[in-house]
Amino acid sequence: MNARSTESNAAPGSFRAWWDKYIASVRYGKHVIFRPFDGFWDLVHEHRGTLGAAHTFLFLFLLTYILKLMFTNFQFISAPLQYINIYEQCASLLIPFLTLCLSNWCLSTLFDGKGHLTDIYMAMCYALVPFILIQLPMILLSNMISFDEAAYYSVLNAISIIWCCFLVFVALLEVHDYSPGKTLIFIFATIFGALVILFLVLVFFSLLSDAAAYFISLYREIAFRLY
Amino acid sequence: MKRMIRLLLLCLALVPAVLYGPAALAGEDGYTTSYTYNYDYWGDLRESPDAYRVDQVLYSATLGLETPMNKPQSLYVHGSDLYICDTGNNRILQVRRENGGFTLTRVIDAVKGASPETFNTPSDIAIDGAGNLYVCDTNNNRIVKMDSELNLLREYLKPDDSTFDQNLSFLPKRLVVDSSGRVFALATNVNKGLVKFETDGTFTGYIGANPVVITMWDYIWKSFFTTKEQRSQQASFVPTEYENIYIDSEGFIYATNVNFEEYDLMYDNAKPIRKLNSIGNDILVKNDHYPPIGDLQWVEESTDKGPSKLKDITVLDNDIYIAFDRTRGRIFGYDPQGIMLWAFGTKDNSEGSFLGPISLEHMGTDLLALDENGCSITVFTPTEYGQLIYKASDEYLSGQYDESADTWREVLKLNANYNLAYIGIGRSLMRQEEYGEAMEYFKMAFDRENYGRAYRYYRKTLVEDNIVPLVIVVAALLIVPLIVGRIKNMRAEVEEYERKKHRK
Repeated sequence: MNARSTESNAAPGSFRAWWDKYIASVRYGKHVIFRPFDGFWDLVHEHRGTLGAAHTFLFLFLLTYILKLMFTNFQFISAPLQYINIYEQCASLLIPFLTLCLSNWCLSTLFDGKGHLTDIYMAMCYALVPFILIQLPMILLSNMISFDEAAYYSVLNAISIIWCCFLVFVALLEVHDYSPGKTLIFIFATIFGALVILFLVLVFFSLLSDAAAYFISLYREIAFRLY
Repeated sequence: MKRMIRLLLLCLALVPAVLYGPAALAGEDGYTTSYTYNYDYWGDLRESPDAYRVDQVLYSATLGLETPMNKPQSLYVHGSDLYICDTGNNRILQVRRENGGFTLTRVIDAVKGASPETFNTPSDIAIDGAGNLYVCDTNNNRIVKMDSELNLLREYLKPDDSTFDQNLSFLPKRLVVDSSGRVFALATNVNKGLVKFETDGTFTGYIGANPVVITMWDYIWKSFFTTKEQRSQQASFVPTEYENIYIDSEGFIYATNVNFEEYDLMYDNAKPIRKLNSIGNDILVKNDHYPPIGDLQWVEESTDKGPSKLKDITVLDNDIYIAFDRTRGRIFGYDPQGIMLWAFGTKDNSEGSFLGPISLEHMGTDLLALDENGCSITVFTPTEYGQLIYKASDEYLSGQYDESADTWREVLKLNANYNLAYIGIGRSLMRQEEYGEAMEYFKMAFDRENYGRAYRYYRKTLVEDNIVPLVIVVAALLIVPLIVGRIKNMRAEVEEYERKKHRK
């Protein structure tokens, strides 16, 4: 953890100091989502966020998603629970998320972005907070309203997603100290970069399996010759 | 390094997209596991008890025919008479059902007083309320109307009208007659809809043309990216012809359509089954999660590819319609709401299967399926399960909701996967104001609308029954912070006063 005890009275380096800093950074999430321009700048450049809080938000995001699939009333969501695999669902969110962070870092370092990989990851995780705050109560709400009142549900759903998208935009803007236009371009470039990474991974594995197959067949050939 | 490899393996495992493999009508050996089936909410196939069983199969020999049937094209039922268009032999066989057996009563192969008197590939027959016979005499380019003694009454020839392309010959393929004697015919090469002849025999145009569906991409491609020469060689946007028609007791025409691409089914652009009203609009009710398109999933086989192609349709007196699929030899039953009741049948040589499904008719609730390649007619009678479904559906339509629910409970004993039964019971429970229990049933069938309705009432009664505690809780939530705030203020004031006093 790169957390430093700055405001706490506890001795530097102690668990108590780390804990105080952690709690302060989790609480700071509220500031970030309501005042994103100021919040994301301080989050990274004034070290008010911690990786621990970021991990927490990411974990809560995954948890919210799983709870949503499992406990939202069937009137609003049709998740085939008999087929759903929690690990698969988590991975389907986590892998693109991390790939996009990586891709953004790869591209922004080349074009004088100020953010480190940990900064990008941290800011992205903080941007997920509205999803958690809105979607968790929505699970309860879905069990209290009927199909005809689905409009409330879908509006809240839309708000949570639009808010998150907006926060991602501001986060990248502040972390890299880019102009809005440049941020927008880099968001598209990031998506493209993620696809390239995916392609490279696929090529790598296909080549790896070919190479493995070559050595296996070589071994077999030799084994047949010898016996 | 080991860690890295594990990470990469994780990535590899996640690369293939999550595909829920279709559990089609195939066992582990790839063959059919059940004769009758239905689809659940997820579009997965659920085996079910047999709704229909084969009562008997009529062959040429069973009917005592000297020349065996050759490419029969159509069936028509009138009372207890069954008419078979033995198209390849240019004759129509009239068969009577008596005491469970079928006997040949008449062979219709000529019209008295017409020229020519004989038929040339008669492909369909219909009978009006007065007992007059109408025959699609396809290769004689006419529709013949004759009385029950086979005397010619009228010939409907090629319409002498500018809307009918005079270069084309009039090839009527299928026809229906409504209660007032109007004739609606389906003619080969006519894509404007059904050719309509009034009671007095005059041609009055077309109804129910298949609307042309042009996607934006098609339009852009054709307008900007193709030359005039290319365009003239491509198929133009024309409506397609219907495959078959049937007129129900209320005068609505049910039409089936087989000319569509598989992807058209995805957003229900294909509409393989239509119910046409008097001005030709499609008014088929589709209240299920899936539109009535026949099979929802299938195994691609070398011979039977693609979606169901519904060759014929017949409508029972209680508005349940039943379609006959050419691709896999299936018979699909749908209730008036468009919910699939059952599906059965297969393409095979055995009893209860078909080689060339072509026409379907009903006699009461018995089904008669014509096989043009096997030259046979299979007679199906409903099993106890099938009869229960009809009974429950009829009871519901006639307003006996509670009796209907009891019948649905009987159905559930035979097939616990039957969604319609859960909905039927739920509706009855809702009428009895058992909202909580009704919700359980609707949830079982994934019926969102009805669940929502039941839930609203449930919530209402819940609130009304617990109004006192609810008001107390809400009031407490509002008042307690107010009081706490007031106390805090007072305490602060007191402290302030104390401090000031102390300073003095």
